[in-house]
Amino acid sequence: MLEVKNLKVSYGKIEAIKDVSFEVPDGKIVTLIGANGAGKTTTLRAISGLEKSAGGSVFFDGKDVTNLEAHKLVPLGISHVPEGRKIFPTLTVRENLELAGWTLRNKKLIKERMEEVFEIFPRVKERADQLGGTLSGGEQQMLAVGRALVTGGKLLLLDEPSMGLAPVLVDEIFTQIVAINKRGTTILLVEQNAAEALDIADFAYVLEVGYSTLHGPAKDIANDPRVREAYLGV
Amino acid sequence: MGSIFSIQQVINGLQVGSIYALIALGYTMVYGIVRLINFAHGDFFMLGAYAAYGTFFVFNALIVSKSGVTAFFVLLASMAAGGIIALLTNQLAYRPLRYKPKLSSLITAIGVSMFLEYFLSALPMVGPSYRPFPDVIPRVNIKIGTATISNIVIIDILVAAVLMVGLTLLVKKTALGKAMRAVSQDKDAARLMGIDIEKGIAFTFLIGGAFAGAAGLLAGMTYPRIFPYMGIQPGLKAFIAAVLGGIGNIPGAVLGAYIMGLAETFASAYNSLIGEGIAFAILIVVLLVRPTGLLGEKTADKI
Repeated sequence: MLEVKNLKVSYGKIEAIKDVSFEVPDGKIVTLIGANGAGKTTTLRAISGLEKSAGGSVFFDGKDVTNLEAHKLVPLGISHVPEGRKIFPTLTVRENLELAGWTLRNKKLIKERMEEVFEIFPRVKERADQLGGTLSGGEQQMLAVGRALVTGGKLLLLDEPSMGLAPVLVDEIFTQIVAINKRGTTILLVEQNAAEALDIADFAYVLEVGYSTLHGPAKDIANDPRVREAYLGV
Repeated sequence: MGSIFSIQQVINGLQVGSIYALIALGYTMVYGIVRLINFAHGDFFMLGAYAAYGTFFVFNALIVSKSGVTAFFVLLASMAAGGIIALLTNQLAYRPLRYKPKLSSLITAIGVSMFLEYFLSALPMVGPSYRPFPDVIPRVNIKIGTATISNIVIIDILVAAVLMVGLTLLVKKTALGKAMRAVSQDKDAARLMGIDIEKGIAFTFLIGGAFAGAAGLLAGMTYPRIFPYMGIQPGLKAFIAAVLGGIGNIPGAVLGAYIMGLAETFASAYNSLIGEGIAFAILIVVLLVRPTGLLGEKTADKI
């Protein structure tokens, strides 16, 4: 579904990612793991069009979508839950979700998808009329995922969904990620919490200082001695 | 004349505040969405006044119609002129500099402002000198208690109020308004919702310019004269009003504008020189106590 080849992104003179390649097959969960600064977030931002790449290519559904603007990628089917959630603080939870339906131009469909989100995350429904900025971190994360579900992409990019959450909530979020995947959404997951990510993923890629190095089935990567030492603390 | 704080002065203050408010809204909305102090904004006010002036004479020459109808089209023309020029300014001057250092846009804004003022001065049919503004609506004085108030003053207050209620509905209730707010709150998130942020920015310039244009017509009718540099002083005052209320904050701009209008009118009634300076004095005091303005939230951004 997604194919990233030799991707390169620079911020001014700093090369944030130098050579990253990987594939996300249809219907699977793929995770990118790596230390802080390895280029995980930048990779996702380049895929969803938030950053321009300086080289390489991104193919989505067989189409070259390299450097397409973010708002044009949404209707093609890429939904991105960004790092830090980026909830609109002075819009209500409901308005946050409605805006996610911006490209759908179909009120009924937006409503249906919002109902689905409320089913998956009842907490979001309870908070529907509160301002986004008043939610707790966990609720904001649920809302952020909910928004991505309303945009309705075939591919869901998740950037650190467990960041700053209490362990109970981390489990809940990961359970829902698996459930969302089971319903047919392909997932590309970026995580520092490598153990949890490898646990639910089908395939894994390791990013190191801007390069994609190891890759393989998530189980194998989880058992790789180098990974165990560097990322799993074993 | 009575006290400085007579009904007469309060209504005059609200009228001055209404004009400042219409201009200040554009300043604050544009700042909110692109973090730019658009120093050309006062000139959209001036262009609105000239468009109204031209439209009035075209209407009078070509069509014999009731003054109400003419007034409506003159208002439309002033808003269209302010809005379209603001939109073009954004597309041609600011958009190419969007991701460049902020100072470039700021200098460009000053350049656009000077261009509009000198260009109009140089146009043979406009020229640099004052022109008397026609009575788009016949002037009638109304007595309210001890106060004598021109109908134009009342019209200024009402037109501004109607436009501001309209803006509130647009921003709070419509999908477009919500998208605008989303873009000003978080551009990345807005893009990930599929919103074309450049369209949101363009729309903001259009609305802000249209409001300034309407203010130009109102000012033309009230003080009845126009000139190419008429936008500088009200533009500056409206900018101060926006900062006073908390730049980027829509209700704040309106609040700041009415405070400024009232303070200026009261102070002028006492001494006209103090009236001119009071705006700056209020600004300094408020910024000392609340650097983010009256309704502003804290922000890490600098101009």
